[in-house]
Amino acid sequence: MPTFFEKKQLVTPGELLAEGDYLPGENTYMEENKIYAQRIGLVDDENKKVNVVALRAFYVPKVGDIVIGTVVEVGFNGWTIDIKSPYTALLRASDVLSRPFKPQNDELSQVLNAGDLIVAKIASYDRAHDPQLTVGEPGLGKITRGQIMRVVPTKIPRVIGRKGSMISMIKQETGCQIILGLNGVILVTGKTPEDEEFAMSAIKKIEQESHISGLTDRITQLLKENKVKVEENKIE
Amino acid sequence: MNEKTEKLIDKKGIRLDGRKADELRPIKLQVGVLGNADGSAYIEHGKNKILAAAFGPREMHPKHLALPDRMVLRCRYHMAPFSVQERKSPAPSRREIELSKVIRESLEPALFLELYPRTGIDLYVEVLQADGGTRCAAITAAALAIADAGVPMRDLVVACAAGKIDDTVVLDLYDAEDKLGAADVPLAYMPALNAVTLLQMDGVLSPDEFEKAVDMAMTGCKKIYEMQKEALKTKYMVVKEVEE
Repeated sequence: MPTFFEKKQLVTPGELLAEGDYLPGENTYMEENKIYAQRIGLVDDENKKVNVVALRAFYVPKVGDIVIGTVVEVGFNGWTIDIKSPYTALLRASDVLSRPFKPQNDELSQVLNAGDLIVAKIASYDRAHDPQLTVGEPGLGKITRGQIMRVVPTKIPRVIGRKGSMISMIKQETGCQIILGLNGVILVTGKTPEDEEFAMSAIKKIEQESHISGLTDRITQLLKENKVKVEENKIE
Repeated sequence: MNEKTEKLIDKKGIRLDGRKADELRPIKLQVGVLGNADGSAYIEHGKNKILAAAFGPREMHPKHLALPDRMVLRCRYHMAPFSVQERKSPAPSRREIELSKVIRESLEPALFLELYPRTGIDLYVEVLQADGGTRCAAITAAALAIADAGVPMRDLVVACAAGKIDDTVVLDLYDAEDKLGAADVPLAYMPALNAVTLLQMDGVLSPDEFEKAVDMAMTGCKKIYEMQKEALKTKYMVVKEVEE
């Protein structure tokens, strides 16, 4: 019952990963007791389970996920939201208004209009229905300031880091508020556009280099260098 | 046989373009060449130059084409007006519509269509320069474009043709051999699963010759498969090297 890979090896779809007593994990599939890769990514195994961390993927909705989306259409009793996924999401008017919704009294485009950005949570989703969103929790709702950036959705766990170490470090060093949408959209809000720009460059670096070891050290280095620069500017 | 026609293969077994019977044309593959597509690939197979772009999975438009239980793969094979010697009308011809279907059907077995119902993948194959065997080169490039878009696949699909010129079975026919030769057998294949997804034949072959052609095409496919994997990996290797 062998495996056919080294840890963190780059594999392509169709590559044979393991045979026999193993379980197919993320981005892998099993056929005739053999496990193959489904996507291009890095292999790893844990407790007899073979996983591929995909380098290229799209976001598939999951109930409970926080996502950031764009309003694409104002409908009769809700909005259509683009959440950068194969499926467009729906947000119902009654959920936003938190009171009974009457089409004759409320003009929906004054609450949220096409092009507005929102932070929302996925309330329901299954194979047969498009995902439904909710904004009825603290921290959710329309985005009024900050900057938006996109990364590959599978890289979000790397931006968060082990127990949130990476993201809290970036937040602390740049003084920015960062909201991570699990669909790969990230909102960065800081005191100045320079702070935001800098936090974004750090996240971009994580995305591009997450498959190379020693990432945390390089990001720490980057953040320190910037701090020195900022202080020098202040003195001048 | 008309004696006046030039021989396509000489006594030493060398073909008109200097290749041996079982030799492929030089192939160059590149992944991620287009900025606006979710996934893309470019292939130079001999004198063939083909671009493939993949979008999705995304919501189907028009919506009534979406299927409730599975994903739809939509493919457009198109030859640029400048891809051949005589100007080709840019309107889709009978042949292009057929090849679109053939390419689609050869790629579908590699996809997990049931995973994302009600969505669609759009695949655009643009032939910039044609020199025989474009359907095979197109399938090879299209599979890479879909993999680059991050769509889960059972295996990369790779295609290659074999055929008969004069009385010899040869690999990877180019335009002149295709037109003047006796037969052409394009084959698409998933090497890891040892599964054939496309097998066509045009011309006349004896059962023995047919078997030999299929074997030859499969061997050719396996060689191209290695190049395909290499091309897909190279995109990420480059970033790695810059950093180290």
